[in-house]
Amino acid sequence: MIRRHRVAALLLLAPFVVLFAAVFVLPIGYAVHQSLFRVERSGLGLGPAETVFAGLSNYARVFADSAFVGSVVRVIAFGLVQVPVMLGLALLLALLLDSRAAWFGRFFRLAYFLPFAIPGVIAAVLWSFLYVPGISPLPAFDFLSADTILWSIGNIVTWSWTGYNMVILHTSLRSIPRELFEAAEVDGCSGWRIAWHIKIPLLRPSLTLTGVFSIIGTLQLFGEPMVLRSMASVISGGYTPVMLSYQAAFGLNDYNFAAAIAVVLAVATFVFSYGFLRLSSRGT
Amino acid sequence: MRATRMSTLVLLLAIAGYFLLPVWWLIVSATKSKGELFGGNGFWFGAELHLADNVGRVFTHSGGAFPRWVLNSLLYSAGGAVAATLLAAMAGYSLAKYPFRGREGLFAVIIGAVLIPPPLLALPLYLLASSTGVVNTYWSVLIPSVVTPFGVYLARVYATSSVPEELIDAARIDGAGDLRIFFTVALRLMSPALVTIFLFQFVGIWNNFFLPLMMLADDKLWPLTLGLYFWNSQLRDQPWYDIVVTGSLISVVPLVIAFIVLQRYWRSGLAAGSLKA
Repeated sequence: MIRRHRVAALLLLAPFVVLFAAVFVLPIGYAVHQSLFRVERSGLGLGPAETVFAGLSNYARVFADSAFVGSVVRVIAFGLVQVPVMLGLALLLALLLDSRAAWFGRFFRLAYFLPFAIPGVIAAVLWSFLYVPGISPLPAFDFLSADTILWSIGNIVTWSWTGYNMVILHTSLRSIPRELFEAAEVDGCSGWRIAWHIKIPLLRPSLTLTGVFSIIGTLQLFGEPMVLRSMASVISGGYTPVMLSYQAAFGLNDYNFAAAIAVVLAVATFVFSYGFLRLSSRGT
Repeated sequence: MRATRMSTLVLLLAIAGYFLLPVWWLIVSATKSKGELFGGNGFWFGAELHLADNVGRVFTHSGGAFPRWVLNSLLYSAGGAVAATLLAAMAGYSLAKYPFRGREGLFAVIIGAVLIPPPLLALPLYLLASSTGVVNTYWSVLIPSVVTPFGVYLARVYATSSVPEELIDAARIDGAGDLRIFFTVALRLMSPALVTIFLFQFVGIWNNFFLPLMMLADDKLWPLTLGLYFWNSQLRDQPWYDIVVTGSLISVVPLVIAFIVLQRYWRSGLAAGSLKA
């Protein structure tokens, strides 16, 4: 490359790379650094604060914290039900809209996608009105009890994100050459058999992608339970891992512990996503 | 075939009801007085329309906090998205058109960042911002908003396929500098991808909740989502249901309109997203 061109390449790239380093690389490094320290107070906790190196003790605290373990178990249980239900519904809708039997495809696509245009917090506020007895037009049912609250949160997430996943799946269905199905139809294959034997296998990369993003979304569950919290007393301050790290930072002012939780979550998210990618690419 | 079509239609309609009825309830409820919100048919209008009334009260509630939040949201979303789009276009173009050492490695790092969810980054960002004094300013939300790794990915893919090398060479022969070629020729050719990046980033910032919640203690700096979250969390002591309901509707309207008008760009962005796997 000519020197002049090299300068141009650098000038175009530098602003993004500098800011990327500032808001991605630097904070993560700083969080790791913070997680290795501890604030100690002498004299019954009333004396001056002193920051001391703590090694991995904050991480030991994270894994020994029953609230943390409980919140992780909770979001995993949540994800095991919610992600398959949402992706199953998204797949069904994408296949139905792709089939010849669908009328008004454009209208339905838009209708299913609409909730995605609504900010997660507003969606949670909206559904919380539908959950609270008195103002809700729905039949009397306790949506906010200890037994039902996780399902109620799952419903909000499913409502918000099914259409988004449906559009991704539908778009990749549209990119499959039509001749593939036409040949099968000539051979007398029914719509459902074509879907099962041809379309779904071809959708595998897109299903993997939506699966990874849904798993990431589950692990970062925050807005919906935060909103419902003001109405449902069963939601504790550390209900999900992200809520727990928020509580540690803002409720307890224990930034080092909060940083350790954030680092653990980031690593866990990476491991989950990567593991899922590896698992689903096996055998193809 | 006809029977299949009818049963498919019924199924699709039933599911559409699930997605649309909550929004319908919001629209209907925003036209009701506070008393009418409780009791009566939740899915149909009351005896009189109080929409103008309610909107007026939302905008004057708490000393005009709501219009301020609207302007803040617009500032964060529009300002952040414009800057993010330009930065992503520059970086994507550079990665597409200049083969330099370490290019693919850098690109891999940027793509890997797509897998880091924003809420997980928010706490580290907060720790960093509070140690540098940026916390509780407009910048604390704006600076993280101008970086979109997904946008760089999209811009690179699009620049590779839609800005021909011959055109760049011809412009160089005419004596144009590289930066001028980018700003006058390449940007225009990349414009469909730029609209998509802008839209995704605008909506991402508009919907952001966790980052402003951590960064902004001063309610004058809050975006809409944070303001409505706060009002909603006060409902147990302050039963201003009509205000929260109407405010929620107002905060949703601009995005819904943008979605319907700009459908084409959404789909192309999501299609590009599905290529990643």
